[in-house]
Amino acid sequence: MRHIISLLMENEAGALSRVAGLFSARGYNIESLTVAPTEDPTMSRMTIVTSGSDAVIEQINKQLNKLVDVVAVMDLSEGEHLERELMLVKIRAKGEDRDELKRMADIFRGRIIDVSNETYTIELTGAGSKLDNFLEAVGRELILETVRTGASGIGRGDRILKL
Amino acid sequence: MELTGAEIIIRCLQEEQVEYAFGYPGGAVLFIYDELFKQDKVKHILVRHEQAAVHAADGYARSSDKVGVAIVTSGPGLTNAVTGIATAYMDSIPMVIISGQVPTFAIGEDAFQEVDAVGITRPCVKHNFLVKDPKDIAETIKKAFYLARTGRPGPVLVDIPKDVSNQKAVFEYPESVSIRSYHPPGKADSTQIRHAAQMLLEAKRPMIYAGGGVVQGDASLQLIELVHLLGAPCTNTLMGLGGFPAGDNQFVGMLGMHGTYEANMAMQHCDVLLAVGARFDDRVIGNVAHFAEVPRKIIHIDIDPSSIAKRVKVDLPIVADLKLALGELLDVLKSSKQKPDAAELASWWKQVNEWRVKGGGMRYKNSTEVIKPQYVIETLHKITGGDAFITSDVGQHQMWAAQYYKFNKPRRWINSGGLGTMGFGLPAAMGVQLINPGETVACVTGEGSIQMNIQELSTCKQFRLPIKVLALNNRYLGMVRQWQEFFHGNRYSESYMDALPDFVKLAEAYGHVGMRIDNPADVEPAIKEAFARKDDLVFMDFRTDSTENVFPMVPGGKGLSEVILAEDL
Ligand SMILES: Cc1cc2nc3c(=O)[nH]c(=O)nc-3n(C[C@H](O)[C@H](O)[C@H](O)COP(=O)(O)OP(=O)(O)OC[C@H]3O[C@@H](n4cnc5c(N)ncnc54)[C@H](O)[C@@H]3O)c2cc1C
Ligand SMILES: Cc1ncc(C[n+]2csc(CCOP(=O)(O)OP(=O)(O)O)c2C)c(N)n1
Ligand SMILES: [Mg+2]
Repeated sequence: MRHIISLLMENEAGALSRVAGLFSARGYNIESLTVAPTEDPTMSRMTIVTSGSDAVIEQINKQLNKLVDVVAVMDLSEGEHLERELMLVKIRAKGEDRDELKRMADIFRGRIIDVSNETYTIELTGAGSKLDNFLEAVGRELILETVRTGASGIGRGDRILKL
Repeated sequence: MELTGAEIIIRCLQEEQVEYAFGYPGGAVLFIYDELFKQDKVKHILVRHEQAAVHAADGYARSSDKVGVAIVTSGPGLTNAVTGIATAYMDSIPMVIISGQVPTFAIGEDAFQEVDAVGITRPCVKHNFLVKDPKDIAETIKKAFYLARTGRPGPVLVDIPKDVSNQKAVFEYPESVSIRSYHPPGKADSTQIRHAAQMLLEAKRPMIYAGGGVVQGDASLQLIELVHLLGAPCTNTLMGLGGFPAGDNQFVGMLGMHGTYEANMAMQHCDVLLAVGARFDDRVIGNVAHFAEVPRKIIHIDIDPSSIAKRVKVDLPIVADLKLALGELLDVLKSSKQKPDAAELASWWKQVNEWRVKGGGMRYKNSTEVIKPQYVIETLHKITGGDAFITSDVGQHQMWAAQYYKFNKPRRWINSGGLGTMGFGLPAAMGVQLINPGETVACVTGEGSIQMNIQELSTCKQFRLPIKVLALNNRYLGMVRQWQEFFHGNRYSESYMDALPDFVKLAEAYGHVGMRIDNPADVEPAIKEAFARKDDLVFMDFRTDSTENVFPMVPGGKGLSEVILAEDL
């Protein structure tokens, strides 16, 4: 099953490679991984999307907790949570396509952030599946380039991952 | 007062009461060696290969309750040490490795003797550090010792660039350190302990499976009391040997691939299993599905949550320090009015004893023609009164040492179980001998393994380490040959050890005593003579039966009851 795991780790050189190394060394899946510093400059927050049987997910959580640079771990999928991903997509937008693509971006609540004679660059946030849907709606042949951040997640309501 | 980084490092080691550090100098650690030279509290043992430095520090730690220390230079010094570090990591041995690094300004420039030490060792250390500022050295080393010895022990590497060891900073050794993300478990949860006690009291066929955690966690006395109180059979893993006395009636021997028939059958057929400081390794439970075919309740106590429910599902996971948890369990059991069911226990023991008879314990057919390796170990046991420190290399000889040297005390059996590192035995024995001066230390090895670190005979000479080396020389990489015989149609691909050196002359060349023993009748007199030479390293080259196999054997991936006994073949 797909799991989204959040963790707080020391904002130190090498911390990221400890987490990434753990996943590759033990053969765990990484669908996506995002990381950036938090309001507390000594800590970074990471969101990992992974998948595996219950036993594998349990081991992933335990192994993450074991890393000395990892301060706190929360499996967001164990409760209510939100997840968002940012995508920048550059599409070929020529002639009559331009209006149609603009409308499509609106429907998906995307924003056109860069325009040239032949292209639009659109910014889109949402669940990963929404981004997938947008790309499908636009069609492969018009897509020039996509950049996705991978999911960031946060618990709903009182579910808070903080030190 | 300001001190140089190198001075600070040595002061830290002194503060940690490090008596011996094992190492090898080189460019990146020159300042550190200069400071070692100027003092005599931390004694340095110059090995002949960095792998040996780490194994020696490892043997030092395993045979005491101290943290081993090794010092190596950057680049090849560090890469040579990696096998030793991985060995210690797999067996959870507390150790601090100090490695030199190229100067901070040269890092990343493919500088002379530069390797990414932190990157290379990351998967085989408990934690590692690169120190970029001399004012961080003291706290980092304090943390390194703290991490190495607490929780699940393990090796910690501190990588120190050359310029950092030469720059100055104020030295102050912290009294204590805390790491916000690191909270080693202590006592167990009392509700869980009561639950465990209840399960054990209600068991009809209880079984206790004790591993290296008992030895590392110094919980042997508690374990013995618990086993006696419960009246249950007790088995040890290869790493746990000595954690429960082999001479005790309730001991059913080692379990697993080369464990006794009775230990494996009791493991398979018990109804409540108490696993303590053991990690259900694949050499113990080769086939998890087969193990699960018989229903049983499992209580698992371990300090590392990731050891629990990793390969085998557990009914009651208890994360705690073993010594404390077993103490709590004993308290609850002793104050309980309920006692183990004597009638059920009696019929369980009747079954276990039938398995004992069928398995025949550890037995082999001795010979008057050719030296049987098992006979050498039995004789070693007899001559040393079962009380020596025995280190071992890896292979058949390791299994025979484990099976036939009946360990009655913890920390006496020193071997590489998790990584299975050939070349471990001799350097480990050096560390054991140094921290246990005056004690009898023997290294059981094979003609293959010994050649992986034979250069350490020179270190033994320099530091007058009177280790007794018993080479069970079967002219084969015997364990490989055994698998080829059983599973690869007798095709002995590259497992014959040709062109062996004359080990007697070799020992003599290093300044030691060498003996070659060809006849069974000479085994006992030779061992007696060797051990009577209290001040000498004696290398005994036993020409043993080259086709002897290790039994019993549960082939890899098979269930515990799918065992090959000696007479099956
Ligand atoms: C050729 C060869 C053959 C082998 N055959 C066998 C065999 O037949 N049988 C066998 O048993 N092994 C065998 N092994 C060894 C095997 O590979 C494993 O190393 C061994 O089984 C692991 O032992 P263990 O489960 O006791 O765990 P260890 O590796 O000793 O781990 C110790 C456990 O205790 C925990 N622990 C540590 N300190 C504490 C504490 N204070 N409190 C609580 N918990 C603590 C740790 O977290 C860990 O989970 C063989 C190895 C070789 C090389
Ligand atoms: C460094 C290393 N390389 C290879 C192996 C694989 N291996 C395991 S046992 C063994 C044979 C050991 O031979 P020897 O030391 O003569 O012992 P014997 O089995 O004959 O008693 C080998 C090659 C290993 N464990 N370690
Ligand atoms: Mg051999």
